[in-house]
Amino acid sequence: MAELFINKVSRARQYLFSILLVCGVAALCYALTDFIGYKVVAFILLLTVSVIAMLFDILPVLLAALLSALIWDFFFIPPHFTLQVGTTEDAILLLMYFVIALVNAVLTYKIRQVEKQARQKEEKAHTVKLYNTLLNSLSHELRTPIAAIIGATDNLQTNSSKLTPQNKNELIAEIAKASFRLNQQVENLLNMSRLDSGIIQPRKDWCDISEVVYDTVKRIEENKITQKISININPAIPLFKLDKGMLEQVIYNLLNNAVLYTNPGSKIDVVAICHADVLQIIIEDNGKGFPEEEISLVFDKFYRLKNSNTGGTGLGLSIVKGFTEALGGIVSLQNISTGGARFTLDIPAETSYLKNLKNE
Amino acid sequence: MSNKATILIIDDEVQIRKLLEITLESNDYTVTQAATAKEGLVMAANHPPELIILDLGLPDEDGHSVLRKLREWYNNPVIILSVLSNEEDIIRALDNGANDYLIKPFRTGELLARIRSALRGMFMEENNPLIICEELQIDLSARTVKKNNEVIKLTATEYNLLALFAKNEGKVLTHQYLLREVWGPGYISQSQYLRVFIAQLRKKIENDPNRPEMILTESGVGYRFVCKE
Repeated sequence: MAELFINKVSRARQYLFSILLVCGVAALCYALTDFIGYKVVAFILLLTVSVIAMLFDILPVLLAALLSALIWDFFFIPPHFTLQVGTTEDAILLLMYFVIALVNAVLTYKIRQVEKQARQKEEKAHTVKLYNTLLNSLSHELRTPIAAIIGATDNLQTNSSKLTPQNKNELIAEIAKASFRLNQQVENLLNMSRLDSGIIQPRKDWCDISEVVYDTVKRIEENKITQKISININPAIPLFKLDKGMLEQVIYNLLNNAVLYTNPGSKIDVVAICHADVLQIIIEDNGKGFPEEEISLVFDKFYRLKNSNTGGTGLGLSIVKGFTEALGGIVSLQNISTGGARFTLDIPAETSYLKNLKNE
Repeated sequence: MSNKATILIIDDEVQIRKLLEITLESNDYTVTQAATAKEGLVMAANHPPELIILDLGLPDEDGHSVLRKLREWYNNPVIILSVLSNEEDIIRALDNGANDYLIKPFRTGELLARIRSALRGMFMEENNPLIICEELQIDLSARTVKKNNEVIKLTATEYNLLALFAKNEGKVLTHQYLLREVWGPGYISQSQYLRVFIAQLRKKIENDPNRPEMILTESGVGYRFVCKE
């Protein structure tokens, strides 16, 4: 909690708070000088400096220590209102006060440093864990198709005479499938690194949403899918000014996800609607949906559903989220009561109804 | 096909050259190869091929500059083959005079179709006013368009756009090129006009405007008009 306080309050404010606190406590003590001796005041001020040491950075704390020592000397140690110290005993007390306040400040600061290091270590361990997850998932996702390609070509090269024509065709089909999968994974990785590097900048231009959706669905359908995709877009939907390539990638990944994780013959619906200046695209399927407790996690990088057996790097949906946010929009996921998952994209964008004007 | 056209491949990757060699020779083309820009430029000059396949990522010189050098004297088709899939590179190559581009990994069927289309464009008779594309007939002298022998009513802009496409069959036309040619230089940033007119033209000439077979979208780059062979 102390750490949070430091992070929230700016350096200048910390100085101000330290000074105010020390002066406030000193003023209170001064008002009570009739009841408490000046030696007790020293303890109260020391306590104040300790509290400040727990909350603030080293420099404001040192300032508080110095200031409180001066105030104690000036206002409380007789003779009052001079920096002179009357007795040798008081001089020793003042010196000790000063040393204790400083030691207090430095020690508290040191403890906090150690805590910070421990936390950093923990964070690093977490990053390493994430990195290992990535490596595991990547080596699986990249090596499986490579293994298929190498295995199939080995068979074709060495056992050529023993293979039936049907076997040969199957091996060649496996090579084709594996290369396609490999290509898709590389595409995802490239997109992810573009997102991570922060160089991704949407290039906005006027988009015909019907064209984008139909073209993307066509690309998905070229993979010989068994699911039935239906599209519902009002022909009068306006043109939207947004990055077409990024929108295509988002729709492609959502459709690809639906195709990978629903049973053959399932239905996938794509709907695009214009709400004022917001483009809403809904992609829903009639599959099993997502486990409720995992819905909030599916957009995380490298997250894969606990019981998923189909391949996937856990990158597809995080790219969907990254690209949608880069477009200034939001993506959400919910289960449909009748079964299946519904992804909703809401992307604010400039619209043009030029489309609906009678031309020329 | 027995045209025996010579195709020069300029690509530094042995594997890609091998793949192209097998693909092209088994389709009756004569293949010559160069691994560097320097070698490629010399070979193109010594024995000008009917078509050049050029990789943009060459070790000794940027592919764009090779393309510019070639275009100073070489008028036959150049097809760009590249791993660079960003739109700027593609548009730049097309602006520098490339006839077409393909991104690696590419399908060989697609490559062969693009080569055929580029070579056909080269041999097309310049003075033929009638262009026939499947059930579509475009009469450039009478400025009429018929589909299944029925006249299609097009506005002047729609007609200009379609005629431009038809004259460049198989070739990618960039958004900027189309806007400049049809609407004029002042309109090259007004891409919404292009979107609207493409959609209207598709409604009039395509069987299913949502699944176009003639005016194809080249995402982020432009459009391509194709006639099925």
